[in-house]
Amino acid sequence: MATIPVDELKVIERFGPHRSSVTGLRLSTSAEPDRLVKTHCCFCGQQCGVQLKVRDNEVIGFEPWEEFPFNRGMLCPKGVKRYLQGAHADRLTTAIRRDPSSPHGFSPMSYDDAIAQTASAVARIQGTYGNSAMAVLSGASLTTEKTYLMGKFARVCLRTPYIDYNGRLCMVSAGAANKKAFGIDRTTNPWSDMVGTEVIWVAGSNVAECSPITTNYLWQAREQGAKIIVQDPRITPVARTCDLYLPVKPGRDAALFAGVLQLMIEHDWLDRAFIDALTVGFDDVAAYCSQWTAQRTAEITGVPERSIRQAAEWWGTAQTSFLFHARGIEHHSNGVQNALGTINLVLATGRIGKPKSGYGTITGQANGQGGREHGQKCDQLPGWRDISDPAHRRHIAAIWGIDEKAMPGPGVDAYELFRKIDAGEIKGLLSICFNPKVSLPDNTFITRALEKLEFYVAIDFFLNDTARHADLVLPGSLQEEDEGTVTQVEGRVIKINKAVDPPGDARQDWRIIQDIARALDRPHGFTFASPREIFDELRRASKGGIADYSGITYEKIAQQMGVFWPCPSEDPETGRPVEHAGTPRLFERGSYNPVAKGTGPFYFADGKARFNVAEYRPAVDDVSDEFPLFLTTGRVVSQFLSGTQTRRIGPLVDRYPEPLIEMHPRLADKLNIRDRDWTIVETRRGMITLRAMVVTTIRPDTIFIPYHWPGEKSANRLTVAAQDPISKIPQYKVCGCRVRKATGAPAYAAVLEPQQ
Amino acid sequence: MPKPDYLHFFIDPNRCIGCQACVQACTECDTHRGDSMIHLEFIDRAQSVQTVPVVCMHCEQPTCAEVCPADAIKRTGDGVVQSARKPRCIACGNCVLACPFGVPEVYEDRQIMMKCDMCYDRTSVGKKPMCATVCPSQALFFGTREQVEQLRPMSTPVNRFQFGRQTISTRVFMMMPAEPVTRRPYVDVTAAMSEQPRQRAIMLTPAFAEASAGTPMDVDPFAEVEL
Repeated sequence: MATIPVDELKVIERFGPHRSSVTGLRLSTSAEPDRLVKTHCCFCGQQCGVQLKVRDNEVIGFEPWEEFPFNRGMLCPKGVKRYLQGAHADRLTTAIRRDPSSPHGFSPMSYDDAIAQTASAVARIQGTYGNSAMAVLSGASLTTEKTYLMGKFARVCLRTPYIDYNGRLCMVSAGAANKKAFGIDRTTNPWSDMVGTEVIWVAGSNVAECSPITTNYLWQAREQGAKIIVQDPRITPVARTCDLYLPVKPGRDAALFAGVLQLMIEHDWLDRAFIDALTVGFDDVAAYCSQWTAQRTAEITGVPERSIRQAAEWWGTAQTSFLFHARGIEHHSNGVQNALGTINLVLATGRIGKPKSGYGTITGQANGQGGREHGQKCDQLPGWRDISDPAHRRHIAAIWGIDEKAMPGPGVDAYELFRKIDAGEIKGLLSICFNPKVSLPDNTFITRALEKLEFYVAIDFFLNDTARHADLVLPGSLQEEDEGTVTQVEGRVIKINKAVDPPGDARQDWRIIQDIARALDRPHGFTFASPREIFDELRRASKGGIADYSGITYEKIAQQMGVFWPCPSEDPETGRPVEHAGTPRLFERGSYNPVAKGTGPFYFADGKARFNVAEYRPAVDDVSDEFPLFLTTGRVVSQFLSGTQTRRIGPLVDRYPEPLIEMHPRLADKLNIRDRDWTIVETRRGMITLRAMVVTTIRPDTIFIPYHWPGEKSANRLTVAAQDPISKIPQYKVCGCRVRKATGAPAYAAVLEPQQ
Repeated sequence: MPKPDYLHFFIDPNRCIGCQACVQACTECDTHRGDSMIHLEFIDRAQSVQTVPVVCMHCEQPTCAEVCPADAIKRTGDGVVQSARKPRCIACGNCVLACPFGVPEVYEDRQIMMKCDMCYDRTSVGKKPMCATVCPSQALFFGTREQVEQLRPMSTPVNRFQFGRQTISTRVFMMMPAEPVTRRPYVDVTAAMSEQPRQRAIMLTPAFAEASAGTPMDVDPFAEVEL
């Protein structure tokens, strides 16, 4: 049974989200902390270093950690207030079970009973329908140790191919493009390389709100003379003072990159020597770009020709440069092509693999990088190995001590997994660190699929919006209640340190997973006593893979304040043991990697990078007569992803309490809508009513809605479930919509608090 | 122990991204009991994403103190203008009205004016103020003159300001463009979408800030000009 047991308002009344505030010990001026724990923020992929003040097993505040090199004490408001998620009234401190007779829909139960019931339900589902009737959804906010364990749990314990993770909504377009172009999937340079470069191109990234710490690198680069190009349908805070703003129409990015490259070809602003010596495929790309005259590019993209020419000249004639992109160009059914378009611009200039010249993709979640490397993706095994490759399967099967033939093959992406639930193929679900009812597109469909599950168990520290459908919820751990590693935006592996113990019956997620394995009587491979033991197995599993962590230890991370992978334990050239310091910068000329074996710096047998034709394709459900406006979605600085944590932190809620519809005054005038008027947005999937925010900082043909809220405030009621054919990332960043003024406030406005 | 006199506070609103990390961090300072002593302003959100963090400028002759009928606002020997003193402050709000920078606020629930004291409890023990430590864009910067000159060659620190006939010198510096600026901030997307936008800009020059004391400005430093 996976319907919500009682009226959802009753569930919210007991389990939240409610807002925490600074009270008690946290307010006391005399409460000295027992200790300061050096660790990192739990939210985005920047992974800022921070010190948590701990007293009496409670985090009572923070102190900046100025020695950590990436952020040197800097934090965004989420990092400052992150500690308010601890000791929260909504915290699950026992297991709970679905109980329609309980006033709030769930009753507490003993942890052991919950584990036993989980195991018997899993056994029943798998006994009745087969192993593949169970699926696992995992997440990239987990430590790398946990993500490794989740992949192993699905393949070894549940023996199901169906595991995927919420990085499917985040990093997969970038990852697929990197794999096609470079053979390795990681930002190429440390962020410090940005300062001193001549041009920085920010493609589809609201840096100031989504990765605030990167802003100082941008401004520092500008003070040293860099020109900054920002490509976005909105004037974001970094676009406001950039040197060249490209107001691209949603969904037209690949056309823009092709048009710019065409101008570079026409003016011979190319590094021919690099293209000839270290790349393949340029001629095909050049042939494709020839149709993208500046005039046609301007017509399609909505960027004036003068700006396209200016961008091409600055980018084409620079000696050093940095390009980075994020979800703005990746969240598309053409997401991989968009990312490949940026890579073509980089490769055409040869400005990669050198100091002050790099390319990077900004990771979204805490472990957006590490979470995509070690086997919780549906087609992947640890060390960034391929689950369809026989040699890779044999290597991992040997580490796991199982017969290679017993290992399932590739599964399906997270959205397809819901289609299989809807079709009745998947009957049972275990989820952790994923709130698909808020975060997946067309989430009315997700709700329908959830309701069809025969058994659903969620692991979480709060009862998130999706977990309200669960039969059982197991009380998991907050980031500060466990230790482990994550890999941040630069590819730097860092260490999360434990500050406090989980409260009540709550416990570390890896313990819960192992308890389930034991209760299923399948404990083989799930007897780790600590995250360190998991990491040691992960190191061995990743050894020799592209994402080689074998030379990384917790001690080395502490000593160096992070270790950039690849970091092998044996020299890939000689096979001798080596004390490797890590690889801050990829593709340096003359560098050796285990794939190219000395033939060149890139991770292909010939050592050369690949140009890929990056084709423009119109968006699925693009604007039309019926739905004439672009809808695009994204984040605000004080909220994070589906808001399970940040919608419970009072000061963050107060900064931006409810979603607003951003629209240009020209559009608002036409629709007779004034600032803060209740406004209806409708797409082919559904409609929602929110207040308008009338600003000149967005294209008049486009509206923007942040996506952190559930239910009737959820932007993902509107978005389209179209996916990129290669990466399977959903097209969150564009679909056709129509907008009109509402006659009055929606019913929810009277009953729901802003964060609910 | 006084605040080290070689360390200064520099504000560059050009860098501000409006994230409020400064405000949130201020509430975390041990002595603030969950209140922020600073605020963040959107200049005009309908027209721009420009924001500005408002921390106390710590004037040499603080207008807030001069207009205080209860003599509740004191300046320390090392130049830090403090929040109103508790038994004296009558919460009349004169300081709020008089401060040319819009800094002080009266906390109605406690009937007292409180404002930024440059994180005296931190700066006096060699730490940076909380807001300047966390600011992710470093719109708030705390350090030496040499550091700021080296890190920000395109900007120049200014601490003399002209308000009508009043000239004010402050402990805190505002960063101004080192050269007259012709960079046009992006305000309305439609201008960036146009093939031939109007070539107009605001020419900011730091010169007006150097106008001699007591001389009213006879030109509007913010006037738009044709390029």
